[in-house]
Amino acid sequence: MRQPPRDADGAARKVTRRGLLLGGAQVAVMSALGLRMRYLQVEQADQFRLLADENRINIRLIPPARGLIFDRNGHPLAQNEQNYRIVVVREDAGDIDEALAGLARLVPLSGETIERARKELLRRSPFVPVTVADRLSWEEVAEVAVNAPALPGITPEVGLSRFYPLGQDFAHVVGYVGPVSDYDLERIENPDPLLQIPRFQIGKTGVEAKMEQQLRGQAGSKRIEVNAMGRVIREIDRIPGRPGANVQLTVDQGLQNFMQARLGKDSAAAVVMDLTDGDLLGIASAPSFDPNKFVRGISVADYRALTANEFRPLSNKTVQGAYPPGSTFKVVTALAALEQGLVAPEETIYCPGYTEVGGRRFHCWRRGGHGHVTLNESLEQSCDVYYYEIAQRVGIEKISEMARKLGLGTAYDVPLSAVVDGLTPTRQWKRANRGSDWMVGDTLNAAIGQGFVLASPLQMAVMTARVASGRSIMPRLIKSIDGVEQPSGAGTALDIGPTNLTFVRQGMYAVSNSRRGTAYRTRVVDDALQLAGKTGTSQVRNISAAERAAGVVDNEDLPWNRRDHALFICFAPFDAPRIAVSVVVEHGGGGSAVAAPIARDIALRALTGEVPPLRAYPENQRRAVETLFDGLQLRETAPPAPGLSRA
Amino acid sequence: MSYLEYRVKTVPSGLRKVLYLNWALVLLVTAVACVGFLMLYSVAGGSFQPWAEPQMKRFLAGMVVMFTVAMVPIWFWRNVAGVAFAISILLLVAVDFFGDVGMGAQRWIDLGVIRLQPSEMTKITLVMILAAYYDWLPANRVSHPLFVAIPLVLILLPSALVLKQPDLGTALLLVFGGAAVMFAAGVHWLYFAVVIAMGAGLVIAVFVTRGTPWQLLQDYQYRRIDIFLDPASDPLGAGYHITQSKIALGSGGWAGQGFMQGTQSQLNFLPEKHTDFIFTTLAEEFGFIGGMSLLLLYGLILAFCIASALQNRDRFSSLLTLGIAMTFFLFFALNMSMVMGMAPVVGVPLPLVSYGGSAMMVLLGAFGLIQSAHVHRPRGR
Repeated sequence: MRQPPRDADGAARKVTRRGLLLGGAQVAVMSALGLRMRYLQVEQADQFRLLADENRINIRLIPPARGLIFDRNGHPLAQNEQNYRIVVVREDAGDIDEALAGLARLVPLSGETIERARKELLRRSPFVPVTVADRLSWEEVAEVAVNAPALPGITPEVGLSRFYPLGQDFAHVVGYVGPVSDYDLERIENPDPLLQIPRFQIGKTGVEAKMEQQLRGQAGSKRIEVNAMGRVIREIDRIPGRPGANVQLTVDQGLQNFMQARLGKDSAAAVVMDLTDGDLLGIASAPSFDPNKFVRGISVADYRALTANEFRPLSNKTVQGAYPPGSTFKVVTALAALEQGLVAPEETIYCPGYTEVGGRRFHCWRRGGHGHVTLNESLEQSCDVYYYEIAQRVGIEKISEMARKLGLGTAYDVPLSAVVDGLTPTRQWKRANRGSDWMVGDTLNAAIGQGFVLASPLQMAVMTARVASGRSIMPRLIKSIDGVEQPSGAGTALDIGPTNLTFVRQGMYAVSNSRRGTAYRTRVVDDALQLAGKTGTSQVRNISAAERAAGVVDNEDLPWNRRDHALFICFAPFDAPRIAVSVVVEHGGGGSAVAAPIARDIALRALTGEVPPLRAYPENQRRAVETLFDGLQLRETAPPAPGLSRA
Repeated sequence: MSYLEYRVKTVPSGLRKVLYLNWALVLLVTAVACVGFLMLYSVAGGSFQPWAEPQMKRFLAGMVVMFTVAMVPIWFWRNVAGVAFAISILLLVAVDFFGDVGMGAQRWIDLGVIRLQPSEMTKITLVMILAAYYDWLPANRVSHPLFVAIPLVLILLPSALVLKQPDLGTALLLVFGGAAVMFAAGVHWLYFAVVIAMGAGLVIAVFVTRGTPWQLLQDYQYRRIDIFLDPASDPLGAGYHITQSKIALGSGGWAGQGFMQGTQSQLNFLPEKHTDFIFTTLAEEFGFIGGMSLLLLYGLILAFCIASALQNRDRFSSLLTLGIAMTFFLFFALNMSMVMGMAPVVGVPLPLVSYGGSAMMVLLGAFGLIQSAHVHRPRGR
């Protein structure tokens, strides 16, 4: 390259000037950068620091321990069980197929489970722990823990899950919990953030569902620092939650166990109410099911078996079942007539076996009739014609009014699922719902608890309790919440003449204790335990003229679902009533033959607090009763009350 | 005194040259690099791996390169400027056309330890050729239109090739770096005034025509501009980087969150935290004071470079020094404006601090040239 001639000074001065200009420009830009830095870091620092904290701090909920449920004596009905499970973290496990295969050698894992775990592991972020096996035994967990070094990314964990130690005895009362479903979330207006936790369990039925708010408790929270991927870096602090309230029911687990066993495989329901506070001592529905299966995730086959069963094991018949009360309703009709003064206790009405109203013949259950019948005899022998007559004098409105006074036709506020309100029909109701006018025949049917009248076993128990006590007793299922006693259901004196109540009670005494009583066979010979009851046999079909002509078909010959319901209500002991009992055996046949023996056993069990003593039974029945009790599969001893076991 | 005379007489020779190095500059460069090591150690969560240690090794290799380049007389570099520039252009073309075929072009300049990207190299060779050009061109012809057109071609050719890659950041550095050399060489200011006016007119036209049938950009390009102007409008999309970066900077405050305590960078909210956004980490952990200190270090480097350039009576040396200083300035100014939300995200590393071998090597080589110019400057008189 050639050397250019040097025009040294002029050019050099220019370079210096321009160089300084460039330097000045650089200083200007750097000042701008400095000012910007000052603006961001000094003037707006607070705002940005807040944003930074929002970025990094995440709030995680700590699920509270669910409240426990006890019976009236402190025996646990629902508790939280330590649940051993195995979780796998993908990024630690390396090859997940290999990890799962290794795990399957130690713990029994079905192919389905492995496949589901594999999918979930691949779907989630690599650092999220995924539960692979649940509810393992201590031995299995120990095996995994011992082999931990060979199983990277696989860790045993302990959690709490619901356990119902008494299994199917309380399936309908306590209910069960299950994972929150989308359907559940939709129904709740302002869902607790807890519900968003995957696999969080809430009450689905029964007390678990109705007392959800109290049982759930309040979530604690921990503030954790997360990175941009959501990975937990560290815990900053935690606010402890409040465990759910412990709920004590009024139910006696021993009595409940006896009732459930005594109802056996029948489709039946029984309620025992205490006359002091309205406590529901036993509230059994049969057949039942094991609620623990639902907590663990019931198999499709098991669930289908439950729903396909025509005895409806999932339904709590004590409150969900609405049955025609049949002759048990005569108590209501009688009281209505007595209160209106339209019949005197000593007045006799002639029963020829039928009555004719408006050209239609209404039969008494006894073909030949009862002859001349007083109030007491009408209850004792359950004469239909007597009630046809007095019902016409009183009218449906007063009958229904009395029924409501005695507790029918109202859905009680007990924390159970799908409580029905039954039906106490009126003229207005029929017009509104059936579109036709009330007929005299409707009144006659209602008088003997047929036709439109419907009541649940719980309502029948309340009715019996009110007749026995003369007070407006209300059923109570929750005895206390976290030790706080709940309001008593004792009620106040009913607006019914005490003498009239006495007449009816005496009639009921006759049913169970006089030789001609419909429940005489199921009398109690121990004077201190005597029952006063009322039988009921309610038709679920109309007896057609053709059938009647051919002679009434024997109940036994009908298909199950067309047979009569068997009902029995009673209170005991007669002298100083302490309990009221109602029993309904769906399509069981006659109330006296089927329901009354069950009610007697249950009442005696409730009164004595032990397996009924044979001395209470008539001598000729004792052997049969003994055989029956020996065959009952009762729980030997109740599980001990462990107090508040929280892991 | 002619050039040849003073060269022989007064320029130090042999190992004595080491004493004549601009040692202040060496110290400043090392200081900035140390800031880089510290930050790389921090963003790796308190670990020399995977960034700090390789970066240190590269810095040492780069220092060897710098001293080697500094020992070679500056006139040698002037003489090879044309060849170096031609090689850069060839490599750029190779990268553009064959680069994606088995990385062929990049292997050519694999120095064993690191791989040099042709676009990085071009930043220096462009300044070299322009300095050599104006050294050759008589001062009275500098503003002649024909002799203005030649450097324009020299600048626009590599810029276009780099833009095609596409690498907007480097293209901007080339254009502004080249323009700075032209300006320093004394090209008439009217040329610059016209170009700036045209640029401003273009920007105005872009915005004015928006929404009209003859708008100058595609809709998506307008959206990018929108996001640059208001990153909050798309905080999780394209605006994410810049929003998170501003949050990190701002949360640093006066004194910062403390070394390794920057939540934004330690928790990975920051993108590219070890490369383009490393300044954010520095500002978050050491606050305004830390950020300003780094800016001050950069300013001192510039000041020493400009002082050295203005002292130097050799035209090539002083233009080369000014051009390299300008390129260095553009590097950090663009990077800082970007992370502070003052410029679009164009992908320019923070010089000597960001992780990356190519840029480090080229920059240290460039400082070697400045040292060579400093050592071999005309003396006497």
